[in-house]
Amino acid sequence: MTAPGGELLVFAVLTPVLGILLSFARGGRAAEAITLALAPVGLVLAGFVAWLVAWSGAPLVYEIGGLAPPLGIALRADGASATMMVVTALIVPAAAFYAREKFATPQGGESRSALTFWIMLQAIWAALNLVFLGSDLFNLYVALELLTFAAVPLVCIDGRPETLAAALRYLLFALFGSISYLLGVALLYGGYGTLDIVLLGQKIEGTPLVWTAAALMTAGLLAKTALFPLHIWLPPAHANAPAAASAVLSGLVVKGSFFLALRLWFYVLPGLPIAAPAALLGALGGCAALFGSILALRQARLKLLVAYSTVAQIGYLFLMFPLAAAPAGGALGWSGGFMQVLAHAFAKAAMFLSAGVLAEALGHDRIAQFGGAARALPLTFLTLGLGGLSLMGLPPSGGFEAKWFLLRACAASGQWIWAVPILGGGLLAGGYVFRILAPALGDGEVKVKASPRRSQELVALGLVVIALALAFAPENFFEFIRIGRPLAGGGAS
Amino acid sequence: MSVLAALDLGLALLVVGVAAWTVSARNLFAAVVGYVAYGLLLALVWVRLYAPDVALTEAAVGGGVTGVLLVTAGKRLDALASAEIGAPPGRGLKIFAGALAALVAGALAWVVLTLPSTPPSLAPAAAEAASGPGAGLGNPITAVLISYRSFDTMLEKVVLILAVLGVWSVGADAAWGRAPAPLRKPEPDGAMILLAQVLAPVGLLIGLHIFWVGADAPGGAFQGGALLAAMGMVAMMARLMAPPRIDSRKLRLALVAGPAVFLVVGVAGLMLAGHLFAYPQNFAKPLILFIEAFMVVSIAVALPMLVSGPPDGGAK
Repeated sequence: MTAPGGELLVFAVLTPVLGILLSFARGGRAAEAITLALAPVGLVLAGFVAWLVAWSGAPLVYEIGGLAPPLGIALRADGASATMMVVTALIVPAAAFYAREKFATPQGGESRSALTFWIMLQAIWAALNLVFLGSDLFNLYVALELLTFAAVPLVCIDGRPETLAAALRYLLFALFGSISYLLGVALLYGGYGTLDIVLLGQKIEGTPLVWTAAALMTAGLLAKTALFPLHIWLPPAHANAPAAASAVLSGLVVKGSFFLALRLWFYVLPGLPIAAPAALLGALGGCAALFGSILALRQARLKLLVAYSTVAQIGYLFLMFPLAAAPAGGALGWSGGFMQVLAHAFAKAAMFLSAGVLAEALGHDRIAQFGGAARALPLTFLTLGLGGLSLMGLPPSGGFEAKWFLLRACAASGQWIWAVPILGGGLLAGGYVFRILAPALGDGEVKVKASPRRSQELVALGLVVIALALAFAPENFFEFIRIGRPLAGGGAS
Repeated sequence: MSVLAALDLGLALLVVGVAAWTVSARNLFAAVVGYVAYGLLLALVWVRLYAPDVALTEAAVGGGVTGVLLVTAGKRLDALASAEIGAPPGRGLKIFAGALAALVAGALAWVVLTLPSTPPSLAPAAAEAASGPGAGLGNPITAVLISYRSFDTMLEKVVLILAVLGVWSVGADAAWGRAPAPLRKPEPDGAMILLAQVLAPVGLLIGLHIFWVGADAPGGAFQGGALLAAMGMVAMMARLMAPPRIDSRKLRLALVAGPAVFLVVGVAGLMLAGHLFAYPQNFAKPLILFIEAFMVVSIAVALPMLVSGPPDGGAK
C-alpha cells in the first residue's frame, strides 16, 4: 500500500520533533538556530509531498513500520492535507523570522521566553503536520495534544497576570475538547474495532453509538476551534500572545481542529445523512460570522479587534458543512471553504504581525489614538488595509474568491439562507476595517517611540500578498485540493 | 449471585459513591483525598476487567502522581488570600456543568449498552501478531505501544517534554535556570522520612521489575517509569532528594532520552528493516527493551518535574 516517497510524510512530522528534542537538550541560543535552520527543510518536505500528490493525482500513503491498519497506523496526504502543509511551512517560518528580535537569546545564557517560544513554535509545526497527515483517530488525538500543549504556553509567554488568566481559560477549553474528542474515539473503537479513517468510513452506519461519538468529537473540536458560542477563550488568548505567536495561533492553530472536524464529517461519516447536523454547524458558523464581526466593531484595541475578527472568520469555515455536503454544488462549497481557510490564514497572520509592528512603534494599540499613524507607518497600514480587503471579501483577494465560491454553492444547492451571513459578515468586516484605517489615514500626529523594523513589515506584507494572490488560483488548484476527497454526504437529502 | 458478581456490584457502587462524595466535598483537601481514593478504586475495576496494565497505570498516575500534584496545588492555594483566588462558580454555572455531565454520562451509558456483547476488538489480532515474528513479545499491550503504535508512543513522550517546558514557562524570568521549590515544608516529620527510606528502595526495585517483565507480562515502560517517578516524589517529600536545577544538562538529557532514542531507532528501521519504525525480524525484542529503558528514564524524571512546578525565585 505504501507508495514511493511515503517516508516523506513521516519525516515531515519528525523534522520539527527532532528540532524540539535538540533545542531542549542543547538549550540557550541553539533553539533559535535550530528552528531557523530546519525551516527550509520543512518547506522543501511540504513542497515535495504536494508535488508527489499532484503528480500521481492520488493520496500519498505511508504505513508506519510496514504495519497496515487496523493494527498499524498510516499517514495519508491528500490534496487538502498537502495544501495545508505548504501553508504551514510558509506561515511558521515567516513568524519565526519576524520574532528573531523579540525572542533573541541573551549572550551566553538562556531565557525563559526565548526557549519556550522557539520550542513551542516547532511543536506547533510538528503537531499541525500530524493533524493534516494523520489517518488514525487516536494518532490524531496525539496530534491535538501536541498542538494544545504547544499553543497554550505561547499565550502566556509575556508572563503578565492577564496573559496567565487567558492561557488558563484556553487550557480549560482545550482540555474539555480533548476529553470529549477522546470519549468519541473510544466509542467508535468499541463499535468498529478500528480507528483508521478509511476503514471506519467503509463500515460506519447511522447507529446511536456513531451519532453519540460524532457529537462528542465535534463538541470537543468546536471548543478547540472556538466556534460560537465556545469562542470566549479566543479573543483574550490571541490578543495577549506576542504578535508572532498570535499570527500562528489565529492563522493556523484553530484551523487544525477545524481540519479534524472536516475529516470526521466528510471522511469518517461520508455515507450518512448529515444534512441536519451540517445545517446546525452552518447555523453556528453564521451566528459566529455576524456576532464576531459586531463584537470586533466595538473593540478599542487593535489586537482584540483582529482577534474578534478571527471569531467571525472561523464562522465562514463552518458554512462548508451544509454547502459541501449538499448533493448539488458540493464541490463549489468545498473549494470555497478551503479558499477561506487559506485566505484567512495568510491575511490574519499578516494582520497580527502588522499589529505587532504597530504596537512596538507606537507603544500602544488603542485605535482611538491612531490619528495620522498611516503617515508614520505606511507599509504597516498598507498591509492592514490589504488584509482587511481579504477579510471583507473584496476583489482581488482570496477572501473574495472564497465568498464567491460559497455564494455559488448557495445558489447551486438552493440554500439561500447561508448568503445572509456571507454578505452580512462582509459588510460588518468593512465596518471594522474602516474603523482601523479611517483615523490612521486622517489628520493627526502620532508619536513614534521606535521606528518600525523594515524586515518585519516586509514579512507581513509578503503574507498579505499571498492572501491576495490566491484570487488568481487556477482551476487545477481546486482540482488538486479535491484529490482524495470522498463523495461527502452521500445520503444527504 | 456469585461472590465475584456481588463484589463487582459493590465495587461499582463504591466507585460511584466516592465520585459523588468527591464532587460534593466542600473542603478542597477532602475532595483531593476522595479523588485519590477514586483513582485507586478505578485501578481495582481495571483489574476486574482483566486489564492489569491499565490498572497499574491508573494506580500510579490517577492515584499517585495526580494525588501529589493536587495536594501540592491545594497547599499553595491555601497560602493565597481568598481574594486572589476569586469568587467560587455561581449557582447557574454549577447547574449547567452538572446537567452537561449528566447528559454525557447518560448518553454514554445508553450507547455502551447498545454494544454487542463481544464488541469488535483488535486485541486477539494484536496478541497473535505480538508473539509472531515481527515483535516476539508475550505482552500484546507492549507490542501495541512499542511496535504497532510506536509513532503514537514516541510522540506522547514529546508531549510530556512540552508539558514540562510549559510548566517551567509560567515561572518568573529571574528564576529561570534554578530549581523548582521543594515539595514540602522545610521540616518533614520523622514518619515521612522513615516511609521514604523504607518504601523508596523497594518501590525502585518493583518499578524496574515491572519495566523488565513488561515485554512478556503486565507492565512496561510507562507503568515502571510512573512507579519510579512516585518513589522519586516520596524521596523529595521527605527532603531526601531536592529537585534539580532546570538548566541542568543531565536533567535535559534524561527528559529527551526516551523520545530521542525512539526516534533514532525508528529512523534506523528504514535501513535495517525497510520501513520507518520497523524492527529487524530477529532483533526486535532487544531493541524494544533498549528503547523502553530510555523511556523509563524520561517518564521517571518528567512526572516529578511536572509535579514540582516552575523554577522557584521566591527565596531570593
